[in-house]
Amino acid sequence: MPDWDEHKQEDRESYGSAWVTEADTVDARRTEEFAEEVVEEQTKPLGLWADTWRRLKRNRVALVGLGIIIVFLTVGMVETIFYQAHWHVRASSEATASHSAGYLAPYDPNAVNYALSPQGLGSPPSWSHPFGTDYLGRDIFSRTLVATRVAMLVGIIAVAIALTLGLLLGPVSGYYGGAIDSVIMRAADIFFAFPYILFVLLIMSVLGQGFQNVFIAIGVLGWATFARVVRGQILSVKSMEYVEAARAQGASDLRIIFRHVLPNSMAPVYVAVAMAIGGAIATEAALSYLGIGIQPPGSSWGLMISDAVNYLAGGNWWWLLFPSLALVTTVFGFISFGNGLRDATDPKLKE
Amino acid sequence: MAERLLTVKDLSTHFFTHAGVVKAVNGVSFTLDRGETIGIVGESGSGKTVAAMSLMRLIPDPPGKVVEGSLMLGEKNLRTIDDDEMRAVRGNDIAMIFQDPMTSLNPVMKVGKQIAEAVMLHQHKGKTEAWQMAADLLARVGIPDADKRINQYPFEFSGGMRQRVMIAMAISCNPDVLIADEPTTALDVTIQAQIIDVVREMQAQFDSGVILITHDLGVIAEISDKVMVMYGGRTVEYGPVDEIFYNAHHPYTWGLLASLPRLDESVKKRLTPILGQPPNLITLPPGCPFTARCPYRRQQCRDNWPDHENVGPDHGVHCWIPVEERLTIRGDLRQFKEPAA
Repeated sequence: MPDWDEHKQEDRESYGSAWVTEADTVDARRTEEFAEEVVEEQTKPLGLWADTWRRLKRNRVALVGLGIIIVFLTVGMVETIFYQAHWHVRASSEATASHSAGYLAPYDPNAVNYALSPQGLGSPPSWSHPFGTDYLGRDIFSRTLVATRVAMLVGIIAVAIALTLGLLLGPVSGYYGGAIDSVIMRAADIFFAFPYILFVLLIMSVLGQGFQNVFIAIGVLGWATFARVVRGQILSVKSMEYVEAARAQGASDLRIIFRHVLPNSMAPVYVAVAMAIGGAIATEAALSYLGIGIQPPGSSWGLMISDAVNYLAGGNWWWLLFPSLALVTTVFGFISFGNGLRDATDPKLKE
Repeated sequence: MAERLLTVKDLSTHFFTHAGVVKAVNGVSFTLDRGETIGIVGESGSGKTVAAMSLMRLIPDPPGKVVEGSLMLGEKNLRTIDDDEMRAVRGNDIAMIFQDPMTSLNPVMKVGKQIAEAVMLHQHKGKTEAWQMAADLLARVGIPDADKRINQYPFEFSGGMRQRVMIAMAISCNPDVLIADEPTTALDVTIQAQIIDVVREMQAQFDSGVILITHDLGVIAEISDKVMVMYGGRTVEYGPVDEIFYNAHHPYTWGLLASLPRLDESVKKRLTPILGQPPNLITLPPGCPFTARCPYRRQQCRDNWPDHENVGPDHGVHCWIPVEERLTIRGDLRQFKEPAA
C-alpha cells in the first residue's frame, strides 16, 4: 500500500530510521493477523459434525470400522474406475490371460489356468498367488478384489435407492399424518412382515437374474426401514416452533418438509445408512450364494463362498476363508461404524 | 386518517376436540391502521395467540377452525382466499415474531439463509441480492458485524440476538401487519427493553401496523396506541392506551392493573392477585366469562353477554354493571390506584 509506505517514510524522516524499521511494521502486522486468527479460533464453536467427530474419535471400535470402510471403498472405487478400461483392452486384444496395468488385481480374475489347478483342486496360497487359486486356476486374490467392487456397488446403490424412497415417503407420511400416513406405514409393515430373503428371492424371480436387478431388489425392499426412521424423527421435529415460523413466513409444505423438517431429522438416518450398507452387502452375498445374484463368471464373495463350499471336502480351505473374511470384515466395518455413529450423535449418552 | 390495514369482525375460533368444543376465541373485533400498534393483553388461555394465528390461518385444522367472522386485510378476505394466495400473504403482508427465539430458528440453517429465504420467496430476488438484504436487515436490527453473522448458525447467537434475527426475518418483506406474539417473554428484562425498542424502530421505518400480544402491561404502556383486553376468548374492554390505564371500566382490567407491582409501594406488600382460575374454555357460560371471578357479578352476568358500551372516544367495554355504579366502585376500590405516570 502506497499510503503505508509514505507514512513509514515520514516516520523515518521525523524519528530517524532506527525507530521504524521494516521488521517492526512486519511484526506489527503479523501480531494483528495472529490475534485475529486466535479470536477466530477461540470463538468458533463446535458444529454438529465437529462435535460428533470428537466423540467418535474416542470410540476405538468405530474407528476401526471407519478404517475398514475406507480401505474397502478405496479398493472398490479403484476397481470401478479401471474396470471399464480394462475390459475394453481385454476385449480388443483378446488377451484373456494377460496381466493388466492400472488395475489393483495382479491377475485377470477370470483367467483360467489349468496349470495352477492340478487335479482341479486349485493350489494353496503361495508368494505368487497369496490367496491361492480355485478349481479353474483363477487367482483368488484378484477375484476377491474384483468382488469388492461388486459389494461396494451393491451396498451404495441399493442403499441409495432405499434411502431415496424412504426419504420421499417417510417425511410425507410423518408430516401429513392421517390417511396418507396410515397407508404408507401399513405398506411398510407389510414389507417388514415378509421374511426378507424370501421377499428378495420373489422380486429377483420377477425381475430376472442380473447385476442391476440385485440393486433394485435390495433397494426396493430397504425403503421401509428408512421411511420409519425418518417418520419417527419428523413427528417430533414438525411440532417445533421454527417449523411454525417457516409457515408464518409463507413457506410451502414441500419447502417446509425438505428445507426445515428433514435436515433436522437426519442424524438417525446416517446411522441407519451405515447399518443398511452392511446389510445390503450381506444380502447380495446371500443371493449370490443361492445362485440368483451375481452370475458366473462374474465375481462376488457370495459366489466364491458358494463355489468353495462345494469343494470343501477336498480340504481347500483357502477358497472359503478369504472371501468369507472379506465379507465378514466389511459388514463388521459398516455395522461397528454405524453403532459408533449412533453413540456419537446421541446427545443424551454420557461420555 | 391513516390507511386501514386490517378489519377483524366477530372472529370466533373453536377447537373440536374429543373432550368437547374448546371455544378459544368468541366474537373478537378490532381494526388496525397503518403505523398503529394495538396491544392485546390477557392471561394465558384468554385467546390472544389463537386470535393472531387465525389471522394468518395457522390454526392447525383439524382440530381448530375459524367458525365465524370476517378477516379483511385491505380488500383481501383472509377467510376465502385459497391456500396459495394465503402463502403469499404470510411473511409478505402479515409477518410474525414468535415468543421463544431459542426454538423459533431452524438450528441447521444459517441465519442469513433463513432471512434470505423469505426475500427470495416473496420478492423474487436473486440469491446474492437476497443475502445482501439479509445482511442489511441484520445490521438494521442492531446486530454488529452483520456481514459475518449471516454465515453463522442460530446456536452461535444469544437469546436477544436471536430475537433480533427473528425480527429481521419478520420485517424482511416489509409487511403491512407485524404480529409480535409475546416477543419479550422468553428474554431477560434488560434485553426486553432493547427488543421493544427494535420493534418500535422497525415499525417507524417500515410504517407497519403492529399487533403486540403480551401479558406484560408495562410493554403495552410503552408502545401501544390501542389496547384490547381479552378474557376467556372475548374482548372485555378496548380503547386507547391511556383510557385503559387511567379510565378502565371493566372489573377484569381493574384486576390486571391492581396486580401490577408498583414502584411507590413497600416491597413487603404482597401483590394483589385476581382470585380464582381462568375458565375452562369448553364449558364457558353463555354470558360473561369473567363471571366466576368477578367480585361485582350480578344475576344477568352468567347467561347474557352484554353489548358493547361506549364509555369514551374509541373506548368500549362489555359489562353489565351500570356505568355510574362502575365509577363508584372504581372510586371506592382500595387496591385500585392510578398507576404512576
